[in-house]
Amino acid sequence: MNLTLKIWRQKNADAKGGMETYKVENISPDSSFLEMLDILNDQLINEGKEPVAFDHDCREGICGMCSLQINGQPHGPGRGITTCQLHMRKFRDGDTIYIEPFRAKAFPVIKDLVVDRTSFDRIQHAGGYISVNTSGNTQDANAIPIEKHNADKAFDAATCIGCGACVAACKNASAMLFTSAKVSQFALLPQGRVEATERVLNMVKQMDLEGFGNCSNTGACELECPKGISLENIARMNREYLKASVK
Amino acid sequence: MATVDSKIPQGPLADKWTNYKNNIRLVNPANKRKIDVIIVGTGLAGGSAAATLAELGYNVKAFCYQDSPRRAHSIAAQGGINAAKNYQGDGDSVYRLFYDTIKGGDYRSREANVYRLAEVSANIIDQCVAQGVPFARDYGGLLDNRSFGGVLVSRTFYAKGQTGQQLLLGAYSAMNRQIAKGKITMYNRHEMLDVVVVDGKARGIIARNLITGEIERHSAHAVVIASGGYGNVFFLSTNAMGSNATAAWKIHKRGAYFANPCYTQIHPTCIPVHGDQQSKLTLMSESLRNDGRIWVPKKLEDAKAVREGKLSPTDIAEEDRDYYLERRYPSFGNLVPRDVASRAAKERCDAGFGIINNSTNEGVFLDFSSAIERYGKEQAHIHGIHNPSKEKIIQLGEEVVASKYGNLFDMYQQITDDNPYKTPMKIYPAVHYTMGGIWVDYNLMTTVPGLYAIGEANFSDHGANRLGASALMQGLADGYFVLPYTIGDYLADDIRTGPIPTDTPEFDAAEKNVTDSIERLINNNGKHSVDYFHKKLGLIMWNKVGMARNAKGLSEAIHEIAELREQFWKEVKVPGTANEFNQELEKAGRVADFLELGELFARDALERNESCGGHYREEYQTEEGEAKRDDENYTYVAAWEYTGKPSEAILHKEDLKFENVELKTRSYK
Repeated sequence: MNLTLKIWRQKNADAKGGMETYKVENISPDSSFLEMLDILNDQLINEGKEPVAFDHDCREGICGMCSLQINGQPHGPGRGITTCQLHMRKFRDGDTIYIEPFRAKAFPVIKDLVVDRTSFDRIQHAGGYISVNTSGNTQDANAIPIEKHNADKAFDAATCIGCGACVAACKNASAMLFTSAKVSQFALLPQGRVEATERVLNMVKQMDLEGFGNCSNTGACELECPKGISLENIARMNREYLKASVK
Repeated sequence: MATVDSKIPQGPLADKWTNYKNNIRLVNPANKRKIDVIIVGTGLAGGSAAATLAELGYNVKAFCYQDSPRRAHSIAAQGGINAAKNYQGDGDSVYRLFYDTIKGGDYRSREANVYRLAEVSANIIDQCVAQGVPFARDYGGLLDNRSFGGVLVSRTFYAKGQTGQQLLLGAYSAMNRQIAKGKITMYNRHEMLDVVVVDGKARGIIARNLITGEIERHSAHAVVIASGGYGNVFFLSTNAMGSNATAAWKIHKRGAYFANPCYTQIHPTCIPVHGDQQSKLTLMSESLRNDGRIWVPKKLEDAKAVREGKLSPTDIAEEDRDYYLERRYPSFGNLVPRDVASRAAKERCDAGFGIINNSTNEGVFLDFSSAIERYGKEQAHIHGIHNPSKEKIIQLGEEVVASKYGNLFDMYQQITDDNPYKTPMKIYPAVHYTMGGIWVDYNLMTTVPGLYAIGEANFSDHGANRLGASALMQGLADGYFVLPYTIGDYLADDIRTGPIPTDTPEFDAAEKNVTDSIERLINNNGKHSVDYFHKKLGLIMWNKVGMARNAKGLSEAIHEIAELREQFWKEVKVPGTANEFNQELEKAGRVADFLELGELFARDALERNESCGGHYREEYQTEEGEAKRDDENYTYVAAWEYTGKPSEAILHKEDLKFENVELKTRSYK
């Protein structure tokens, strides 16, 4: 496959960025999108130019490191996948592809396509945990049976990979889906209920402090989430928040 | 030849750890506040150690190269975590987990370490559930288990095919609690590039801030390396793209011995290589072997027709299929250990039965049709459907398989464009895990005082082959339950030391070492990219130091790697500058280290004149083609000391003593 790439280049956080055009040739349709960018970078290095910086690590859709807004969609075309799971067979020979970083005030650009998502970490610092020390004396794992239905829902919420696609997809750059996934996971488990009040208040407060926008229920986040995190979680977080606020 | 002291406590095996804990020195809470600990890597081992040491009161500085500790590659572990809970009542016990691990490792691991691992395994599950890790449960609300290779019980706890993710997020949440309290200072996007040794003790590290390129000095009273394995020395592996051996290799160069580098796990069920643009390989969890049956066509002409696309595997009759694992190993069948399953796949493909249409033809089928039918019938029975149609059975069966392995099947389909519910998966072995690593004693301390190695970065528990679902167990055991005790015994001497200054000649020298090497890379102006060399190294490793090795190939590999390394330093081209975000520079440093490690790896493989576990020397096999150990001469850990070049490394031997387990030929027949 031969392709034209329009890629956002930005030297560093303070520099002004812009789109640049590149061509790549003989790309195998079985290659992944990131392998295609590897080939572009190899080409740029051989031409004495600076390669394109982009985040990636596990390349199997679980670490959440890769990002990219591809033709206007977080993680590109296709549902339920990250950019590293996107394969070139989803494109046609001769296509022009637009590649940009995830855009949000709370995700400043570091370089080219790499953004700073530590705002997500700080939301987790505010309450994304259960306060239990490692002692070796915690009660037996089967001491509290958990209804399978709730355990499964907690698991579904816990599969969030923290990539930020929900924020990039949202017209308000809201982090409600991300935050609610963690709030939900713990709200659904007996172990997490103990701190539920503090947790939801603190995490929402931090989310607002980081400069993420509000939720207007358009559902773009759910649609673009590579792990299919459900909007139900936002509803659950709103209930938890309301309950906590009137306590 | 010098020996090394493993510091295994005296007493009966089952009492060692308890006695040890009762007799170590403790640091009082007020003094812990005066002590700093550096942890490099935030996977299961590093993350759990950072959280636990901070909970105890130490000041922890944690480093990771990713943009968040949550992204460490433990996250990609799929299948599960072992623990001797015996919830299934199928005869499991601490001793059985210990025994299975020793046997699975082909009698090349330390009894005392493995027993301790089995002993604390049950605590891990309790701890994780308390943290809110959502393990799979049954309808009674209790935890579910499944079975993994090399064992005859169901002791594996899991969270669909995302167990590593859930366990890592558990450790990450425990870290977050301590970060919020200020007890852990987190350094994201930082890479450790050297360790600083002062008066013979590890007292700090030199790290590069990957965003600004700044070289930073960090001091501490102890340094813990939890930076994972070195599988990426093969270029293509199931490791993350950034997974590297740099931290481990740098401490090796400063005095930490490197143990058994040749023990590598080649995982039998990975998606085969698609072509030369490929950057990494993807694992299909071992849990799939609970329900998937591995086969190749019985007839060479069928294999050829499949490769040419003229014959669909679903059209090959049952009697024309060779379920070679079931044939060769009737008692363990498809659930033989990984090394055995991988070699068996290679044997069939070498004999011409491979089914992949590429230059190597390397691939076999992993087939779920039997399981789909079995589950479908079971579901029909449960739902009271009498005389169900074949379609109904398949539909019901596919639903069960989807609930168990849905995400793995989806992942497979995205990569290959094949639907594994309808046609068998195509798989082939790939590099996955390294049992070898930094040599540590019973305390998990390296040969440098105050310098520890935990998780995959060390060598300690898996011998020559790791059993499935044991990596997660070891990482969390080391971090949550072992290191927090052993490091205290060492740090008890440091309560009056006070903060370690960084303006000393030792820090100056280490920093200069780092900046010199970065400048050399940046100013080299060669003609080839870093990947060019990495791919070449990977090919040498895979072809000559891979699944089957022999003296001739290994000698060639040693020579070729040394040559490639020389060429690298002459001709590598690193664009950009040192004082900015520069991913090529990061890669260059890592590949430079792999080019040294690879040579030691091949030397170790050449030195070990036997076959054991993942180390298979063609010269040493039984008539049936099984690995043939030489217990008389090779029941030792090879611990290599760096003296300037990999070719001049000195071999130290730690003799392995088996007092509780009788050495036997491993049989899964």
